[in-house]
Amino acid sequence: MSVLKPTGSIRRRLVIQLAIIAALLSLAFFFTVRFVAEQAATDTQDNILAASATSIADAVYSEGGAVRLELPYSALSMLGTISEDRVFYRVIVDGETLTGYEDLPINEARNASRTPLFETMEYRGDNVRTATVSRTLSVGNQSRTVLVVVGQTRLGLAAISTRITTTATAVGVGFFLFATALSAFAAQNALSPLNKLAESVARRGPNDLRPVVATTPTELVPLVSGLNSFMRRLRDALNRSEDLIAEAAHRIRTPLATVRTQAEVIHRQMERPKNRNSVREMIRAVDESSRSAGQLLDHAMVTFRSDQLETQDIDPKELLHEVVDRLSPTAELKDIQIDLQLPNNDFSISGDPILLQNAARNILDNAIKYSPGETEIVVRLIPSDTCRIDFIDQGRGFADADIRNLTKRFSRGTNVNDIVGSGLGLTIADDVARAHGGKLVIGTNDNGVGACVSLVLPLS
Amino acid sequence: MRIACIAFILILAFSPADAFEIEAKRSYASVEDGSMLSIISTADVEVFEPIIFEFQKRHPDIAIEYVVASSSEVMRALHDENASYDLGISSAMDLQTKLANDGFTRRYVSDATSLLPDWATWRDRVFAFTQERAVLVISESTFEELPIPSNREDLIELLREYPEIFDGRIGTYDVRTSGTGYLFATQDSRNTESFWRLTEVMGRLNTRLYCCSGAMLADVASGKLAFAYNVLDSYANSKLGDTPGIITVEMDDFVSVMLRTAIIPNTVKNYEAAGTMIDFLSELGNYPELVEQTGLPPVEARDSYESQSVRPIRLGPGLMVFLDKMRKESFLRSWVNSIEQR
Repeated sequence: MSVLKPTGSIRRRLVIQLAIIAALLSLAFFFTVRFVAEQAATDTQDNILAASATSIADAVYSEGGAVRLELPYSALSMLGTISEDRVFYRVIVDGETLTGYEDLPINEARNASRTPLFETMEYRGDNVRTATVSRTLSVGNQSRTVLVVVGQTRLGLAAISTRITTTATAVGVGFFLFATALSAFAAQNALSPLNKLAESVARRGPNDLRPVVATTPTELVPLVSGLNSFMRRLRDALNRSEDLIAEAAHRIRTPLATVRTQAEVIHRQMERPKNRNSVREMIRAVDESSRSAGQLLDHAMVTFRSDQLETQDIDPKELLHEVVDRLSPTAELKDIQIDLQLPNNDFSISGDPILLQNAARNILDNAIKYSPGETEIVVRLIPSDTCRIDFIDQGRGFADADIRNLTKRFSRGTNVNDIVGSGLGLTIADDVARAHGGKLVIGTNDNGVGACVSLVLPLS
Repeated sequence: MRIACIAFILILAFSPADAFEIEAKRSYASVEDGSMLSIISTADVEVFEPIIFEFQKRHPDIAIEYVVASSSEVMRALHDENASYDLGISSAMDLQTKLANDGFTRRYVSDATSLLPDWATWRDRVFAFTQERAVLVISESTFEELPIPSNREDLIELLREYPEIFDGRIGTYDVRTSGTGYLFATQDSRNTESFWRLTEVMGRLNTRLYCCSGAMLADVASGKLAFAYNVLDSYANSKLGDTPGIITVEMDDFVSVMLRTAIIPNTVKNYEAAGTMIDFLSELGNYPELVEQTGLPPVEARDSYESQSVRPIRLGPGLMVFLDKMRKESFLRSWVNSIEQR
């Protein structure tokens, strides 16, 4: 199976892009709030300055040909209510300072108007915002121009600005974090159908090649229908190969059986010993061919079924009984006694019964084949934390130390040249053991000559 | 402590270098070697001396030069003549505010000043350390037979009813010379319509004008005056013990409360010591025996006021209105016209 190389996560991309959008929006929010709030604060100060200047202008009056001013208390005190800023004022009549701070700069170029004019300037070491209003006053027969400037430093404004900046920053950062959390949640949510689909496909059993029918978002319909079509073709291919195996088994075994029967008939009719020997050799070869074909098909079947393991609860005692019963006739031909040792308690393992039977049969068959006549084979079931089945014979055992290779396909021991074999028996048993999460242990008989082959399977 | 101090007084000292007039000057040497703190203040030496002794007990390395001047002279020294002092202490809140507003003061922030109530500081440059009320001081003997007035309307009624008792026997500050008097008078004019009528009535009864509290209180005690109007309760209370025959009366229509404030002028030479003194003054309430001795009520939270009629004068640019030269001119003209009806 090839390893998929992921080229990035959709979710991460989604979250990052949404986070960038949120960051941009937060920044926009921050600057908007700051701008609007500072504008509002400046307007507030301007309004108060204008009110102050206007109230001073209103308090200017003429008395006995002179311009006089009763500076209203509220004109200056109102400026003290919003902040502790410094306050300056100056009243000018026709270019002559009437009262106030004589060095406070004034924009004399402006026309007489009651609409306040605002300016920001440096005065006495501070940044000062001023409002200027002017009015005309008739003194005697003359019309005189009165200019009123009221100024205030902007420290309170700066403090407000700092506070607004802090608040806007906090809100902006909060908004960004909240939006990012929400987008992570949204991305998760949007991708959940994809995850569900992937999960439902991954969870399928090995034989489940039915089309995916789960609810599918529009965007995934092409993928899912592609997958479904692929699975349909796979199912067809598997069906065909299963058919082929059954067909091949049938086609090879049946003619071989016919050949053997016919050869036996001929053997009985033969009279010359030389010819009879030849025919016996032929029968033996047919038997071996039949056996090899059977093992080849077994192996193919084991490989196929192991890929799509279907498990069920099995009583191993029953299974061994069946296998031993089936091979007893073969053993009896060589006067070999099979001693089946089973424990009393009941337990079960989970596995494919056909495969397990196959494995047990192949091991026992091997044991019979390599055992000399009139010996005993012990089949022993030992349940502990695993289910261990020992097959102990008194045959020639494994001559070489290269036991690991024995489970390779078509590999045979070095001491078996005189016996015909395919080299598949232990391979099948090993494959089955592995498919069930167990193992095949090959060793020697502890009590003398012979081999001990153990099939170790996990308990269900 | 007194022995350790080499103290000398120059009453009404006049040195040609200073164009502003000082009333007294006293030096308090430090026990240990250290720095010199020069203070220009409106408070009399006798009033402020206990504070200096207590301060030096805690900071023996600071020598103090204490100069007394009237509030307008303090203003002249610091505003117009750039005289060099480390600390300016004055009962004229308006002038102190103007100094801070016009950029003649240094900023100062410390743990002690941040503990002061909001209303007791302005721009971290003006620091209030006492709150003193304007009260009516009456002669006990004169009012034996008369009802004691509880507000300004009652007082006007009383004056109109018994002109023969009060003629020539009323005292108040001459607001032309007394900064405190001017502050109280202008605040009165803002707070009540009765002020001008009261001034008119007082003027008709040949009111005597005083520059300072001391002389006025002495005249009340001797029975020369029937009452004195708008006297600082701190002075009156400190004199009550050894001056029999006077009673202080708080008006229940409103009572002006003045804050005695300290500032650090731009011309400061010993900023650190000035800050130390401001911290000490801010915590005046922590020294009850000192409060007792000086009669200066320390700054405390406003909600402790017992009645609605107590009107603390607010620090801020509003105080500068009556310093406007035209406004001051017209106020003084009106006041003189009312009080001097000869």
